[in-house]
Amino acid sequence: MVRVGMWTKKVKKKIQHNWRLYVLMLPAIVWLAVFAYYPMYGLLIAFKDFKAASGIVGSPWAQPLWKHFADFFSTSVARTVIVNTIALSLLTILISFPIPIIFALLLNQVRGKKRRKAIQTISYAPYFISNVVVVSILNVICAPSGFVNTIIKGLIGHPLLLMSSAEYFRPLYIISNIWQSMGFSAIVYIAALAGISPDYYEAAIMDGAGKFKRILYIDIPLIMPTAIIMLILMVGNVMTVGYEKVYLMQAGTNTQVSEIISTYVYKVGLQNAQYSFATAVGLFNAVVNFVILVIANQIAKKVTDVSIF
Amino acid sequence: MKLKSGNDKVFDVINALIMIVICLVIAYPLYYVFMASFTDPGIVNSGKLLLWPEKLFLGGYQKIFAFKPIWTGYWNTIRYTVLGTLTAIAVTIPCGYALSRKDLAGRRLWNFLFTFTMFFNGGIIPLYLVINKIGIYDTIFAMILPGAVSVYNLIVCRSFFDTSVPDELIEASKLDGCTDFGIFFRIVVPVSSTIIAVMLLFYATSIWNSFINALMFMGDQSKMPLQVILRSLILSNQASSVLSSGTEMIERQKLAEQLKYGVIVVSAMPLLVVYPFVQKYFAKGVMIGAVKG
Repeated sequence: MVRVGMWTKKVKKKIQHNWRLYVLMLPAIVWLAVFAYYPMYGLLIAFKDFKAASGIVGSPWAQPLWKHFADFFSTSVARTVIVNTIALSLLTILISFPIPIIFALLLNQVRGKKRRKAIQTISYAPYFISNVVVVSILNVICAPSGFVNTIIKGLIGHPLLLMSSAEYFRPLYIISNIWQSMGFSAIVYIAALAGISPDYYEAAIMDGAGKFKRILYIDIPLIMPTAIIMLILMVGNVMTVGYEKVYLMQAGTNTQVSEIISTYVYKVGLQNAQYSFATAVGLFNAVVNFVILVIANQIAKKVTDVSIF
Repeated sequence: MKLKSGNDKVFDVINALIMIVICLVIAYPLYYVFMASFTDPGIVNSGKLLLWPEKLFLGGYQKIFAFKPIWTGYWNTIRYTVLGTLTAIAVTIPCGYALSRKDLAGRRLWNFLFTFTMFFNGGIIPLYLVINKIGIYDTIFAMILPGAVSVYNLIVCRSFFDTSVPDELIEASKLDGCTDFGIFFRIVVPVSSTIIAVMLLFYATSIWNSFINALMFMGDQSKMPLQVILRSLILSNQASSVLSSGTEMIERQKLAEQLKYGVIVVSAMPLLVVYPFVQKYFAKGVMIGAVKG
């Protein structure tokens, strides 16, 4: 008791000493409470039969508590959306993780600082373009009369229904994703490469190492820690693929592959107003995501000594 | 350097080619849409690769300038972006500074509470219910307040203050009798133009581009931002609604096609025009954020 008393006294004294800092933080703390933690409290409705009129506390508990989870797993949609989510995001990680690294390594070898800067500036311009615009551009250039189909016609003789067929949904999603974010994701690697001491290269050149060898034996090992952090972050977001873009790319004919957990939550939750059920599905998604993040972080810590927390 | 080997030359040539192809692939779709927006739809629909406007046709733009919903959407987007960005900066920067102060009581706890929300959150349904409960659904506040803090941006600010405001400066001003307010407003803010520019850029682009928030938290069509209008015109294929019913059938179809390109140009233009001038802050911001991971 005495200890706790002393501790609270100490904290009190500290806060008294810099309460003005708390005033500076106040708006953000209010935001944190209202828009981040209050919704977390709202997750309770996943275990209740929520009725807007009775509020979160007043709504009765679901019977049994995990009713909405059980309901979700008993539908055939569950399997489809889980598989779609994991497939889309693993494919995205697999392909869009290495590409910015390769781009940064190659860009680093371009001679002339001005030229490098110019290429880099072009490379991350698409990051400024909204998902709606990106999907709109995809729509017009991949239309049967768009130029992408002109190229395809030249190669295989006939145009493809790119935007409406299920089989092209994932490739288009991933390719446009690379287009949008390659330059942006490369920024950290380019900076890491710029920070490598020239001594390494001088020594390597003395040993007769060509550019390719220098990339392989100096650049790659030295940007590894950065790459691992980026990979943990990507893996840790496995279940939260860019759902805005997926939603925009959905056409009635491709939902068998394009319906993912988050778009499903949006539809049943906000369009059909099944609040408790949709919250349960969302909670399942968030928990799985969090567990994967923690595991990825632990593995990285053990194997490479690099981690985000 | 005479040591330069033949292999390196081959490498340089191939590398230069790869870079050229990358730049073309990135820039061409944007250039194409821009060209198509004022080229005769007949030529565009033939699927040709456009390099310059072969046959000028400005009918699409005439219709766009006369179509009111686009401009209402534009005005809404501008309002949301300006007010949202100012609010976000006023909330994020002071907090980022406070969190960077090593003598802040409960510093670790607050850092944890903020960071945790990046990896776990309530999700869209509980957020939607909160928005409803506090009575801001379908008001401008629903477009401004939920995004007033991006925790990632907050961490970028904290890292910036961590490294660019030396502790000695703070100690010295304290000895001179400066309070924490005085230190923040008179010493920290004046040396923080970089981080303010970075935050302006980060928040403004994300609000300008945001789409799903409006769809979830707004109800009234007349309050929708440009992105929502754009989506209904192009992706839900309602481009022909821009045209008055009096127009001839063939003319209509021709216009409906071109309208799509024009609308894309009109909505992506502002950001792409500003981009070359602000891009250096963009890379800077990403770097500040990456220091601390």
